[in-house]
Amino acid sequence: MNQTITLSRRQFVAASLTAAGGLAISVNFADAATIGATPYGEDTAPNEINAFLAIEPDGTIMFRSPHAEMGQGAITALPMIVAEELECDWARIKVEYASPSRNMREKMVYGDMVTAGSRGVRMSWRMLQQAGASARVRLVAAAAKRWGVAEGECEAANSKVTHKASGRSLDYAALVADAATITLAAEPAIKTPAQFKLIGQSLPRLDTPLKINGAAKFALDTRLPDMVYAAINACPVMGGTLMSVDDAPVKGRRGVIQVVKLPDAVAVVADRYWRAKEALAQLKPEWDTGAAGKTDSAQFAKLYRDTLEGPMASARNDGDVVAAFARAQSTGGKIVEALYEAPHAAHAQMEPLNATARFDGDRLEVWLGTQIQMGALRLAAATSGLKPEQITIHNCFLGGGFGRRGNNDELRHAILVAKAAGKPVKLVWSREEDMTHDRYRPQAAVRLKTALDKDGMPVAFDARIAVGSIQRDSGSGNTPNGLEPQAIEGIANTNYRIPNLRVGAMLRNTHIKVGFWRSVGSSQNAFFMESYIDELAHAAGKDPYRFRRALLAHRGDFIRVIDTIAEKGDWGKPLPAGHGRGIAIHECYDTIIGQVAEVSVDKQGNVRVHRVVAAVDCSTVVNPKIVEAQIEGGIIYGLSAALYGDITVKDGAVEQENFDTYPMVRLADAPKIEVHLALTPGKRWGGIGEPGTAPTAPAVANAIFAATGVRLRKMPLKDANLGGRA
Amino acid sequence: MISLTVNGKAYELDIEPETPLLWVIRDEIGLTGTKYGCGIAQCGACTVHVDGEAVRSCGLQVGDAAGKAITTIEGLSPDTKHPVQQAWLAEDVPQCGYCQSGQIMAAVAFLKEHPSPTDADIDDNLTNICRCGTYVRIRRAIHRAAALMKA
Repeated sequence: MNQTITLSRRQFVAASLTAAGGLAISVNFADAATIGATPYGEDTAPNEINAFLAIEPDGTIMFRSPHAEMGQGAITALPMIVAEELECDWARIKVEYASPSRNMREKMVYGDMVTAGSRGVRMSWRMLQQAGASARVRLVAAAAKRWGVAEGECEAANSKVTHKASGRSLDYAALVADAATITLAAEPAIKTPAQFKLIGQSLPRLDTPLKINGAAKFALDTRLPDMVYAAINACPVMGGTLMSVDDAPVKGRRGVIQVVKLPDAVAVVADRYWRAKEALAQLKPEWDTGAAGKTDSAQFAKLYRDTLEGPMASARNDGDVVAAFARAQSTGGKIVEALYEAPHAAHAQMEPLNATARFDGDRLEVWLGTQIQMGALRLAAATSGLKPEQITIHNCFLGGGFGRRGNNDELRHAILVAKAAGKPVKLVWSREEDMTHDRYRPQAAVRLKTALDKDGMPVAFDARIAVGSIQRDSGSGNTPNGLEPQAIEGIANTNYRIPNLRVGAMLRNTHIKVGFWRSVGSSQNAFFMESYIDELAHAAGKDPYRFRRALLAHRGDFIRVIDTIAEKGDWGKPLPAGHGRGIAIHECYDTIIGQVAEVSVDKQGNVRVHRVVAAVDCSTVVNPKIVEAQIEGGIIYGLSAALYGDITVKDGAVEQENFDTYPMVRLADAPKIEVHLALTPGKRWGGIGEPGTAPTAPAVANAIFAATGVRLRKMPLKDANLGGRA
Repeated sequence: MISLTVNGKAYELDIEPETPLLWVIRDEIGLTGTKYGCGIAQCGACTVHVDGEAVRSCGLQVGDAAGKAITTIEGLSPDTKHPVQQAWLAEDVPQCGYCQSGQIMAAVAFLKEHPSPTDADIDDNLTNICRCGTYVRIRRAIHRAAALMKA
């Protein structure tokens, strides 16, 4: 009963393949004595060859991942990159998270450790290849020195160095101590893609064995000796403050330890989470919500629409848009203008936010799931008043991230409540708390205006964007010239060739906090842009696929992707009545992604998405099976938001609290999905976690237009009245 | 005191009978493979078997589970060799993995009732949410598991 399970940082993620090819799980359950002996976890090891790699006496290769695992396959793809260079036995790879404390001490040896922006492989591949190559070359040098032979006569393969002439060989494990002392005059050259053997293989994920039997440890699974639990309610109106709360209703309730008042929230600490949660529901806190308490979604929609009529910051201005519009109008051209809108959307990751905090003298340890380990360390320091070197961050498997775990609001709460309680506290946001206090995808409105010449080709394009600033709400405030990339991506950097092109944007924030949501600005902007391009094609009397193709003729990579989806997606082939196909293509995170969606709309107006065919060009693929899974998942994520995603505000508070009012795509709604690689070789290691989401909404909306003739310019699409239109 | 049998082991618990079974499994018994996702029996992350039937444990009071045989993901097989687990492994189904205990427990109970499931059977019966969107692979893994169980 009540066994205490505490996992060190190392134990959280270690997974390995056995020599026989079976899968071994190396999750150890330490007892309390062990916790006392190694209270803050280890972030260096005696057998390490560099910060990324340790080679244990039994030949285990321990790789320290600078990026978190949140489903995107980081702890499989990243060690593949290292192992490619290390020439080690893949079956002996294990993975643990790199330590943010060590990263701070050792001048960011692991890079920024950010798991967001589809940047695991995209940004870290070179660092990881270099770490593997450097280790290999030093292992070879150590062997050559021991044998008294030239390094060039030795070869590294399969976790061994071999001297070809004499046939002698040594395991890496026998060489690691010597290798660690060798300093290279210059870092070795890394392999080029043509030399890759491991990269490009569909190896099984290393974490799957832990995720089919309950062994994988998420933050919510943290258990510490003497740990108590906290449930919390923050002010329902974001930014509001707690005026007062009477704790009489919970005094004497079984298990309740105390009520903790925070500036923005009230928490109940109890010996069990359920008791804390039930007690919290008995409290009647009084909040000061200020003017924000009188706002609602209709006001926000008006704010963004009105903003479109005001001044804009210039994001791009090619040619002379004003003159081109005038010329088109006087020469038999056509003007097409449209207003598009998108609501706030919630992340709704499956694991609600939670964190565990333990103070011990002048030290603080926290367990959570974070996408920004260095940011979590800074936040923990700022909240606790301790120095970063007094703090240990234990990152766990993330029960979904999608951007939400890039702002660890739950960590601040857990630290403050643990400090008040004087005991280790696991603080859990209920689903309701999580959904009403998200960092939502920003609400947005855009006005798009285009002049088509007499041949139906666009000659002038003018976009005006009004959207919430993510940078302001995430605390960076980094909006040079009143712009941020997230606001304009997918529009200002469009690849469609239009000679006169102008994009302006104005950032407008409300009290509803906005943040990074899978595919970020591309989520709403791809919907706007790719739906609108479809409108232009129809206005020009052209096939939407051919129209796009003509505007992308200068980009061979785009042509490869769009031709692939047209062919594999049966573009132009006959469909039953009530069915339609839609196409969309988009570039983000150095990846080009196209999709053809096939939908049907019944007489009542119900939409069913039957099939989505995707083609992706990330140029370099580490693990095709993981790429395929990420695109599949991205499409489902995009589809939930496209069809249903609608966070609304009333009296300043978010109305949707749980999955009953914020529905998701489930198995029955999930289309058949085909993913094709349409790669253009090059230097890109394109991101793969986010791109799949972006084109789904416009592909589906365009398919609905094909089926019904109704153009949907506002998400979510469920709100459209399509009855009798198919 | 409430008597509970979880994965074949008997427990005597001094606990309020209205406590959801989910929190008893997680916080009293200490088995954390069963997850909290919504608390209103919407998402299925907390799915366990009660007398062989798939139940969303956040919606079942522990008092109503007394005397019944409860199986969690940890008790599904001693060696992760249940055909459904093997099918999940072969298809590399999980991404973040948080919902997968519930998905697997739901699938195991479903396959008992539908040993040769059609896609329509799957659509009609399996309603657990996966935010990573692993549905394509879940569907494939269920068909694979059905074949394994007949082999």
